[in-house]
Amino acid sequence: MRGVLMAFAAGAAAMSAAPPARAHAFLDHASPPVGSSVPAAPPVVTLWFTQDLEPGFSRVTVTDEAGKQVDLGNAQVPRDSPAELQIGLKPLPPGTYLVSWHVVSVDTHPTEGTFTFEVGQG
Amino acid sequence: MRPTLYNGRRPQLALVAALMVTQIHGALAHGLAGERFFPATILTDDPFVADEISLPQVSLNPPAPDASHLTNIEIDLSKRITPNIGIIIGDEWQRLRAPGVPSVGGLGPLRTGAQYQLFIDGPHQALGLLGLNVIWGHTGRSAVGAPDFTTLSPTFDFGKGFGDIPRSLPYLRPFAITGNLGFNFPTQATTAGVPNPNNFAYGFAFEYSFPYIECCVKDIGLRPPLSQLIPLVEVSFTTPISRAPANQTTGTIQPGIIWAGPYFQIGAEAIIPANRLTGHGYGGVVQLHFYLDDIFPHSIGRPISEWW
Repeated sequence: MRGVLMAFAAGAAAMSAAPPARAHAFLDHASPPVGSSVPAAPPVVTLWFTQDLEPGFSRVTVTDEAGKQVDLGNAQVPRDSPAELQIGLKPLPPGTYLVSWHVVSVDTHPTEGTFTFEVGQG
Repeated sequence: MRPTLYNGRRPQLALVAALMVTQIHGALAHGLAGERFFPATILTDDPFVADEISLPQVSLNPPAPDASHLTNIEIDLSKRITPNIGIIIGDEWQRLRAPGVPSVGGLGPLRTGAQYQLFIDGPHQALGLLGLNVIWGHTGRSAVGAPDFTTLSPTFDFGKGFGDIPRSLPYLRPFAITGNLGFNFPTQATTAGVPNPNNFAYGFAFEYSFPYIECCVKDIGLRPPLSQLIPLVEVSFTTPISRAPANQTTGTIQPGIIWAGPYFQIGAEAIIPANRLTGHGYGGVVQLHFYLDDIFPHSIGRPISEWW
């Protein structure tokens, strides 16, 4: 057992010499939450990621069940919250909406994802 | 909404954009196919080229049929040469204990591999990789079982996430499978009169991704570290196809769990022999595995072709 612990300690020590780094940006949580049902249409969709984003290469769209874009096309990363991505929405009737995001973390790693939320069906 | 980072910084952004356009293509790796993250599995080979290192992987194997015990401490490095071509290299220190004889320790054989990323299908969360692995003869201590012959192993490794099935089946979408299909061809037919069979080697990893639930199915309130867990069951078998009697299949079944963080992952699995020919009892394996592309994103974590 001592040998096993020493081997793991050696591995951790070897990597501790690495410079500070930033990794892939994965979705941490969202508003409206992933897969949720909300009673009223939200004015904005906000995504929070696990790493800071590169604004010029990070985008999000929201579409309805027919594939029609229902966002305002104004996706942005707030200056004081670089791990956050927001986009405004048109007034949404009840239905299911698909959020599709594609972001690049500040160390150039791209990631993407999709999720749905429902309006007026909760 | 608040102002963006763009305001008043267009010259700097143009430079960043120019640099990133040249770099982003090569930054994928890391077991990603679309929105699916595949962790590095312990038993079965990964279906993606990567810049990662297992440092270390420690296996306490179950007793073999002759009651001997084998313990391994292993290091494996995966390195991309180009965005689609990679190499792997690994070795292990082994300790063999057998009843009635002193235990022996020493290096196992050197293992290397060349890999080509055949495809990455993001929308269908699918990956395919061709590999040629080599276990080199005369590179380890024979007393711990290192061979005196080289073995060539062409393989096809694949991965498939089930996030593309209908959203009406939400809790099936976090499932994923990875697998290996390959052959082992020893370059020497016999060793001291004992045949070295050609083998069909195959293995699968069945995964259920908590990160996928949280990102893409439903926010059920899991937060780190629970939201970073991936329970899985791995199986691996080897069946001789020549120079051996029938029904000589051996293999293991390994249920376990992987925690995947931003820079490294930790995995642990039980080792259960699939049949009496493989062994009896239980063993275990733990692995500390680092993502070099995340730790060193601007240097050795990139494909070698992008170092200059």
